[in-house]
Amino acid sequence: MKKTLLTLLVTLPVAAWSASASNWPMEEFEGDLQNLPSLQNGFKLYANYCLGCHGLQFQRYERTADDLGIPHDLAMKNLVFTDQKIGDLMTTSMPKEASKAWFGAAPPDLTMVTRVREPDWVYNYLKTFYVDENRPLGVNNKVFANVGMPNVLLDLQGVQREVCTDGVCDQLVLEAGTGAMTAAEFDSAIYDLTNFLYYVSEPARLERQRTGVFVLLFLIILGSFTYLLNREYWKDIEH
Amino acid sequence: MDKSETQSTNSGLAGAMEWIDKRFPATETFEYHMSRYYAPKNFNFWYYFGFLAMFVLVNQLVTGVWLTMNYVPSGDGAFASVEYIMRDVEYGWLMRYLHSTGASFFFVVVYLHMYRALRYGSYRGPRELLWLIGMAIFIALMAEGFFGYLLPWGNMSYWGAQVIVSLFGAIPYIGPDLMEWIRGDFLMSETTLNRFFALHVVALPLVLCILIFVHIVALHHVGSNNPDGIEIKKDKDENGVPRDGIPFHPYYTVHDIHAMVVFLFIFCAVVFFAPEMGGYFLEKPNFEMADPLKTPDHIAPVWYYTPFYAMLRAATFPLFGLSAKFWGFVVMIGAIVIPAALPWLDRSPVKSMRYKGSISRMMLTLFVISFFILGYLGTQAPSKAGTIAAQVCTAIYFAYFILMPWYTRVEKTQPEPERVTV
Amino acid sequence: MSEGAVNNTSGETDQENSTNSRRYFLIQATSAVGAVGAAGAAWPFIKYWTPSAKARAAGAPVKIDFSKLSPGEMLSPIVAWRGKPIFVVYRDQPSIDALETDSGGLADPDSTNPEQQPDFAVNPWRSERPEIGVYVGICTHLGCSPKYVETDNFENTGQGGFFCPCHGSKFDLAGRVVAGVPAPYNLEVPPYRFESDTVIVIG
Repeated sequence: MKKTLLTLLVTLPVAAWSASASNWPMEEFEGDLQNLPSLQNGFKLYANYCLGCHGLQFQRYERTADDLGIPHDLAMKNLVFTDQKIGDLMTTSMPKEASKAWFGAAPPDLTMVTRVREPDWVYNYLKTFYVDENRPLGVNNKVFANVGMPNVLLDLQGVQREVCTDGVCDQLVLEAGTGAMTAAEFDSAIYDLTNFLYYVSEPARLERQRTGVFVLLFLIILGSFTYLLNREYWKDIEH
Repeated sequence: MDKSETQSTNSGLAGAMEWIDKRFPATETFEYHMSRYYAPKNFNFWYYFGFLAMFVLVNQLVTGVWLTMNYVPSGDGAFASVEYIMRDVEYGWLMRYLHSTGASFFFVVVYLHMYRALRYGSYRGPRELLWLIGMAIFIALMAEGFFGYLLPWGNMSYWGAQVIVSLFGAIPYIGPDLMEWIRGDFLMSETTLNRFFALHVVALPLVLCILIFVHIVALHHVGSNNPDGIEIKKDKDENGVPRDGIPFHPYYTVHDIHAMVVFLFIFCAVVFFAPEMGGYFLEKPNFEMADPLKTPDHIAPVWYYTPFYAMLRAATFPLFGLSAKFWGFVVMIGAIVIPAALPWLDRSPVKSMRYKGSISRMMLTLFVISFFILGYLGTQAPSKAGTIAAQVCTAIYFAYFILMPWYTRVEKTQPEPERVTV
Repeated sequence: MSEGAVNNTSGETDQENSTNSRRYFLIQATSAVGAVGAAGAAWPFIKYWTPSAKARAAGAPVKIDFSKLSPGEMLSPIVAWRGKPIFVVYRDQPSIDALETDSGGLADPDSTNPEQQPDFAVNPWRSERPEIGVYVGICTHLGCSPKYVETDNFENTGQGGFFCPCHGSKFDLAGRVVAGVPAPYNLEVPPYRFESDTVIVIG
């Protein structure tokens, strides 16, 4: 009978709050918060390519550096490009009004982008920019159709074009030699970047899970005692 | 000093207790409610949830107070302050998850607690008032959850509250003015947030605590029902103690403490490993700040309101010259309050489902199934098939209550036992 | 015992004794484990009250540039470090001389309370450099912020110093408290260092 509650909780169907309605076959992304080199590289990529426009306004440099195992002076030298201090929030200095004029909308803050959407979405989004002359910025995206963001990673990835067969455009082809990275290197870089955003969305995630293990183990011990105590007293009761 | 007083004074703890008891009925109260409160000895699984609801209430109060220390109830500050708690405040993430998960679990245990009453006829005389107080608690809890849901000021908070407040617009004549009055503005705004905050952290917790206190006073006055639905007070021994009763303390305290640990295990598993619960406990659009210009693609209330929300949406046609919107409102409010009539709808000679006839059992089963289906439909985007299903389930939901005076009288029941069965 | 359903048939004392001792043990053991749990559960609630990352960031070292300060002046506007006002005074030569010679009437002229200043400030002017004084501008009595009085804080010498308007405590230009006023200690000297000739870093 006690299992009823558990069963009830486990069998709840997973809610489908899918943020995107695209038909693009999504590649899976599995975050790994233990992989510090990946997160550090993601942080570096973010600071170099994203932070100019997209702030992480709820996250502090100091916490990030500490969690990712980066010494403060190194972080200040290589990752903080403004006159901000280590304890500051990772806001962007781009004025909202100006950016609205440039892009039509202010670039959104990305602190929790992987919680609003899915990490998979971010991973696929960053990989599926392609040339589209019909768009004002000359690029489009497979996951986020008619996106208003330029492809800032173009230099790394190279030029990607869509290939259509029978009117179905479900393939992207990279022009060899147009990017600074090979396809594998670029995939790995995007993995790191997404992994970093996955970390930033909930920096306490690892601590939460670690604490949880101890709490549950403790409850098993406490539960054994309360079980024995209960059984001991109920010996009194006529059955 | 009076001689007798000196003589009776014990030393140590007993002495201290005696000193207190002369000035405050501590021992007397403990005996009345715990060690000499005789509860039926045949409580089963379904009897844990009253205690567990109290436990979750304490969790909500304590974590709520702690969250209030860092929460900022303002349009600009609310969302940021929640993330501030999640990141910058020591163990803030834990407080927030304990509170958000606790909200959902509160409804889990309260729904199970209410189901217990349906199953064993706990609403029947002499417990009518106990049941009505419980219904008041349920409604206050729904209000508490609703007001609290706006506070994170996420986009789902904002639009969810907007939809619910708009319901009041369905009331003829006064609707539009009422909406403005509730919001204190022409749209959901900081003013609304501020009053919801006051209601959520001060007014309703106070109301809830008072109602729960009264609920327990009423319970201990009439005595607990049990799975057999018979009154143990009818059969007392020479000392006036019910033969089928056992002292609540220690027997049910050790019982409940163990249940609490088992509950905590499940609760903590969610808090530490799945606080979002796949988007049911914390919804994805709520990680984005409230935006009055951008509705989330798909709005649904939190899961614990969805059965009623589905019934609201099930009303799709105007009737008697009144709009479908108005009838949706009536159906939803009706669905929430109709259980209050149960003590007078149930005409069966027996209380417990164990001895009721097959129609009662079938109706209860259908009722539970339709409640689950409605709950599921409420989380989904509206569809044609979904609406028809919701209409059928709404009909079953109400039939369970409205037909009860009939089916509880015509069906064949089994005789109740003299003594409780263990 | 009068409990209806409670089984009281065991009349044997041995059995009762063993039952009682088993119960006693189980109660003690469960309580002990439960107490550990309660302490563990209380910990996050206690820790929650400690300074947050935001407070710690705001409490980070502060740089103060006093290049525009002339002898006899106190830096204005007053800079805050960890939310507390920091007084930076530039003492002229007569004031420095007065600090070295005139120590009469002070409660603790030799700065003997180690809580109130770093070691480098245990000297007559309570500072690293005689001319630059750096003090936490909070009266050691009940936490008001004293006023800077350039001259005539002391009737007999005409020296300047700090005067607390709340309860009348008086401090000299080195932040040393006068005997017989409510304030018990000298003004606190924060930890600081000179980054350059005209910039100090507090914290």
